[in-house]
Amino acid sequence: MSNRLINWFKFASPHAFYPLAGKMIPVFWTLAALFGAAGLWLSFFVAPTDATQGEGYRIIFIHVPTSWMSMFIYMVMAGWAAMGLSLNARLSSMMAQALAPTGALMAFLSLWTGAFWGKPMWGTWWVWDARLTSELILFFLYLGFMSLQASIDDPRRADKAGAIVALVGVVNVPIIYFSVKWWNTLHQGASVSINKSPSMAMTMLWGMLLMALCLWMYSIAVALTRVRAIILEREAHTEWVKHLSEVKP
Amino acid sequence: MNAMLAVIRRDLLMVMRRKSEVLTALFFFVIVSSLFPLGIGPEPALLRKIAPGVLWVGALLATMLGLQRMFAADHADGTLEQMAISPTPLVLLVLGKIVAHWLVSGLPLVLMAPVLGIQFDLDAGALGVLMLALLLGTPLLSFIGAIGAALTLGVRGGGVLLSLLVLPLYVPALIFGAGAVESHISGMGAGGHLSLLAAILALAVFFAPWAATAALRIALE
Repeated sequence: MSNRLINWFKFASPHAFYPLAGKMIPVFWTLAALFGAAGLWLSFFVAPTDATQGEGYRIIFIHVPTSWMSMFIYMVMAGWAAMGLSLNARLSSMMAQALAPTGALMAFLSLWTGAFWGKPMWGTWWVWDARLTSELILFFLYLGFMSLQASIDDPRRADKAGAIVALVGVVNVPIIYFSVKWWNTLHQGASVSINKSPSMAMTMLWGMLLMALCLWMYSIAVALTRVRAIILEREAHTEWVKHLSEVKP
Repeated sequence: MNAMLAVIRRDLLMVMRRKSEVLTALFFFVIVSSLFPLGIGPEPALLRKIAPGVLWVGALLATMLGLQRMFAADHADGTLEQMAISPTPLVLLVLGKIVAHWLVSGLPLVLMAPVLGIQFDLDAGALGVLMLALLLGTPLLSFIGAIGAALTLGVRGGGVLLSLLVLPLYVPALIFGAGAVESHISGMGAGGHLSLLAAILALAVFFAPWAATAALRIALE
């Protein structure tokens, strides 16, 4: 028996990773369902009604986790992209490509639920708050990454070009965040701030964490499903794909 | 170093042979900035307030116009490939092309801005700050834009894609550039904004040519 239990590099090849991803997808879907059920139960039935915000505050149980995930997925995506660029590994670039739509979805949901939360709480759908604005720009960065990849025909070139965009974006995200923040304080536009919200009850925090875990597992499951599709698409010429039972007519 | 200067000279010479490209961007800047008072109304107080933002957005869009041409012609006739295999590091040549792009499309905007600022009823001090902010900011636009131009080289629908990629990255330049003029008008002093703008420019001068070179090598593969 080898002293290492698993040779990780083995799964760097699409051929080896394809069945592994197929086995992992149901696991992550199950985890997502479990965390989701627990999180929703906690956030709808256990968490107390907020004294100042009423029942409407419960949208933060989806809003905050989607915001976290949108930023986290961008980091992971850039990490995969960097790995794909530096190690010239095809699978890493495919992972980056598979993560982008989920990240964009999270950023969009975060903006959308934020608007729903803002209307009853602040009396407006949108304020030019630093966090809202930088989330919007993050959404644009996702769109830029996806449309650049979509418009380059050669997949390897698309991977590398996308990787550069993702990395430039990672360097820029903090700069954009702080510039928007200082811009906002100088303008003193928004009189409301997310920071002033009262300290949370423990159950609310747990609800949020469970929902975040649920979305995390969901993102992994969806990204793996998508990466399997990308592998099939790009490796369609290889023998092993032609012999897969799901590909045979 | 000599090769870099030669690239700058060559690009400037080519622009001088076809002046319309420079003038188009410049007139675009002038026209866009002149449209805003027509749309918003001629009250001097309001115009003074929106002037920094309008002029900066105008400068941003005018720089975008020329970006796509930064590498396109050289890519089409094979010059870019010769540059890539020449003994001079490609980074230096890319730096030269970026500097040439700024001289052609950024510098005229800086020189034109005070004239447009007068249309918006800015006083002499604010005009000075506006020029200084544009002097620091327009090179930043050229440097960041070079990455986008290299990435979208020879890509379908490159122009629209380029703006989608590059405009979000222009946000800090817009904020600090317009903010400098605004805080000068409101009496807070523009020093902080200009320092931050210069800091971002220093970062971009160092990193952007590398990123653009990497993107060019991918496009040339």
